[in-house]
Amino acid sequence: MVTVKDYTGLTSAWCPGCGNFGILQAVKKALVDMGLEPWQVLLVSDIGQAGKLPHYTQGNVFNSLHGRALPAALGAKIANPELKVIVIAGDGGAYGEGGNHFIHTVRRNHDVTYLVHDNQVYGLTKGQTSPTSDFGFVTKTTPEGAPLPINPITLAISVGATFVARAFAGDVDFLAGLIKAGIQHKGFALIDILQPCVSFNHKNTFAWYRERVHKLEEGTYKPGDKNTAYITAQEWGDKIPIGIIYREERPTYEDSLPALKQGSLVDQPIEPHRVEKLFSEFV
Amino acid sequence: MVEQINIMVGGEAGQGVQSVGHLLARAFARWGYRVFADQDYESRVRGGHNFFRVRASRAPVGAILETLDILIAFNRESIDLHRAEVGKDGVIIYDGEKIKDVTGDKLISLPLEKLAVEAAGDRMMANTVALGTALALPGYDLPLLTGLLRDYFGGEAGEKNVKAAQAGYEQTRKLASSTFTKKLSATEAPTRMLVSGNEAMALGAIAAGCKFMAAYPMTPTTPIMEYLASKAKDYGIVVVPAEDEIAAINMVVGAGYAGVRAMTATSGGGFCLMVEGLGLAGMTETPVVIIEGQRAGPAIGLPTRTEQGDLEFILHAAHGEFPRAVLAPSSVDECFWSVVKAFNLAEKYQTPVLVITDQHLASSYATVDRFDVSKVKIDRGLLFRGDGDYKRHAYTESGVSPRAFPGKQKALVVTDSDEHDEAGHLTEDAGTRLLMMQKRLRKLYGLKKDMVVPHNHAKKGETLLIGWGSTQGAIEEAAENLRKDSHKVNRLHLNELWPFPAEAVALAMAEAKHTYVVENNATGQLARLIRRETGKQVDASILKYDGRPFTPALIIDQVLKEGC
Ligand SMILES: Cc1ncc(C[n+]2csc(CCOP(=O)(O)OP(=O)(O)O)c2C)c(N)n1
Ligand code: SF4
Ligand SMILES: [Mg+2]
Repeated sequence: MVTVKDYTGLTSAWCPGCGNFGILQAVKKALVDMGLEPWQVLLVSDIGQAGKLPHYTQGNVFNSLHGRALPAALGAKIANPELKVIVIAGDGGAYGEGGNHFIHTVRRNHDVTYLVHDNQVYGLTKGQTSPTSDFGFVTKTTPEGAPLPINPITLAISVGATFVARAFAGDVDFLAGLIKAGIQHKGFALIDILQPCVSFNHKNTFAWYRERVHKLEEGTYKPGDKNTAYITAQEWGDKIPIGIIYREERPTYEDSLPALKQGSLVDQPIEPHRVEKLFSEFV
Repeated sequence: MVEQINIMVGGEAGQGVQSVGHLLARAFARWGYRVFADQDYESRVRGGHNFFRVRASRAPVGAILETLDILIAFNRESIDLHRAEVGKDGVIIYDGEKIKDVTGDKLISLPLEKLAVEAAGDRMMANTVALGTALALPGYDLPLLTGLLRDYFGGEAGEKNVKAAQAGYEQTRKLASSTFTKKLSATEAPTRMLVSGNEAMALGAIAAGCKFMAAYPMTPTTPIMEYLASKAKDYGIVVVPAEDEIAAINMVVGAGYAGVRAMTATSGGGFCLMVEGLGLAGMTETPVVIIEGQRAGPAIGLPTRTEQGDLEFILHAAHGEFPRAVLAPSSVDECFWSVVKAFNLAEKYQTPVLVITDQHLASSYATVDRFDVSKVKIDRGLLFRGDGDYKRHAYTESGVSPRAFPGKQKALVVTDSDEHDEAGHLTEDAGTRLLMMQKRLRKLYGLKKDMVVPHNHAKKGETLLIGWGSTQGAIEEAAENLRKDSHKVNRLHLNELWPFPAEAVALAMAEAKHTYVVENNATGQLARLIRRETGKQVDASILKYDGRPFTPALIIDQVLKEGC
């Protein structure tokens, strides 16, 4: 039986008190709860504070470039769909540097889970504005205040997301449940995790979030209704909803690939002679 | 004189220039001829001026010729622009009912459109009428032509094309046959395959077991992804039309990491976007194959035209230092074999391998003997088996660490674009950094041994023409013709550029009377590379950078001017 001990990794280099610790704990909990062993899991990460997470646990790890975690993960997932692929990025990598990949990954509905550690700031590079910084947020690169932020939830819904959730790093159990649901979801699952950065974001703190987040009650809230989801996704400020905001079933990108009907590409033999059949096309 | 013929089809985009040209080339291939055909087109879908040149010969051919025997002109512009290229016994075929008031000699007007309507009930078939005409002139077999059209189009379309071609063929035999004196005959040789550089590369990728391709369309390499996509179902290949080239290369790296043979294809502009991903493959020691079909740059440049302007860029692309191999196939046949080799090198040395072509080679067609697939050997490099301790980046003497694929065993496969330790975890430790850099760079020693040593065709004291990639055919023919005129000229051609064959090049240069580098760029990039790697300066560079390929005649002119 897999236990949380099997997921012990290297000592982290995060600041004490950082929201990332809660996310790390939740990831481990979700994987253990699902009975997944580290070798069955592929963690693909971005560059940034968030991107270091895989080193602090166990699993197969591909720590990619800034903004490019998604495409690297998709290549691996298509090559071997048996892998449980979890992609980890910060808000900068996910919605800025990798914004185009985000839109198209959502649209194509690849079967991977995307955890975005959304601290509304560039942590690793020490506190510049990010695509999700609140309007007016002052940083060294925005002395006059940040422009309007992107709303990753509405954006994802509008480009065809099949699983969109918002979570809070301060509620580990609830987050672990969402991660589990995201991994179990067949298709692309976005979990945007509100993650306090104690060093560079003195506005959106643990206390600030605790006052505002409220869970979408299972049973009363219906994540299958796109219009409701769209409205719910826009709640920000005094009240911030967490939970699965939108969910639908749709065939995945991988489902559409005839080459995968025989199983993993990695398991397919290489048979050079088969190309000969094509030569008659050229005479 | 070797029996050969040179035909050009010219017209607007959308008039069927490409399909008539392609069918002409196939027709001669079926006659047992060797064919070389190139395309010149503008970056537009309708209108403009395009041409397709077909050279068919009993002897091997690898270049185009300037002097035309037959010009099929679908518009006035084709006549105006190319009539000077028509040789003294050559002819220009055009539809005098469509292109009025053309004067001058060598003209043969045939009512192509009228014949198309009469014979096939479709004025769009005028191009197939012209095909029949062009083949009637040198005395091609009609049944062979109709057989080709039936095979090519099939069914009703095949019959319609047959009728149109027959009409053109018979009308020409009746009216114009005697005005064209060059008569050819069938050869005993078997039909060779007629393939483009792009198609040869795609076939090479299939033979090599490529299972994953991600790419973004860009002239001239788009046909590679299109061909593989068309075979994806039958050959168990996934082709992802990625949102951009950055996604493409990163997907390929991800797939390579997961354990499949993966590649992308692009041109210079797209490759610019891939550069950080290239370094990622180097750092994570992931095998990837990248095909870069050069076109005239910088920026959008001449989108549909040729250049060898990316050599230095490809050798140096991406920040930092890591091993790579660069192959530059110099014929359509080599396009196939270079891609096969690229996949083996990529996996054996766990590093990116680049295969460079250019618009000229990528979209030219040539006859090749059937690729001998029994010679395709698959080398997947060192693989880790078992469930014991595993370190993805273990230090080894060769620099190559056994590869394991994630999820295929209990052992974990960990890698990082940050500098990492043997286990793949990020580290900033100075000692580890040194050992890791040395480990990765050590792979170059093995890689170098796997490169072919270029063959120096020259004898001591001859003038040496050095080239790389697609210029081989033109240089070879130029040297041959110069020798026929008693000039002592020969050649050394590089089709594997990195690791650089410095010793072989230095030796060849030491023995030569003069050394000239022939390359399709403005600043002499190979000449600079030679100087850097051998310490030797070539005597002159013969350069061309107007977006058009070299012809043998152009090279001969320049060599004679420089002295030989
Ligand atoms: C191409 C590129 N540009 C810039 C950087 C520098 N960089 C590293 S992480 C980062 C931003 C990190 O912000 P985010 O993605 O939100 O992650 P966080 O550190 O906040 O978790 C930047 C700008 C880089 N590594 N690569
Ligand atoms: S800088 Fe912010 S995000 Fe990074 S570790 Fe410190 S607290 Fe966490
Ligand atoms: Mg951030």
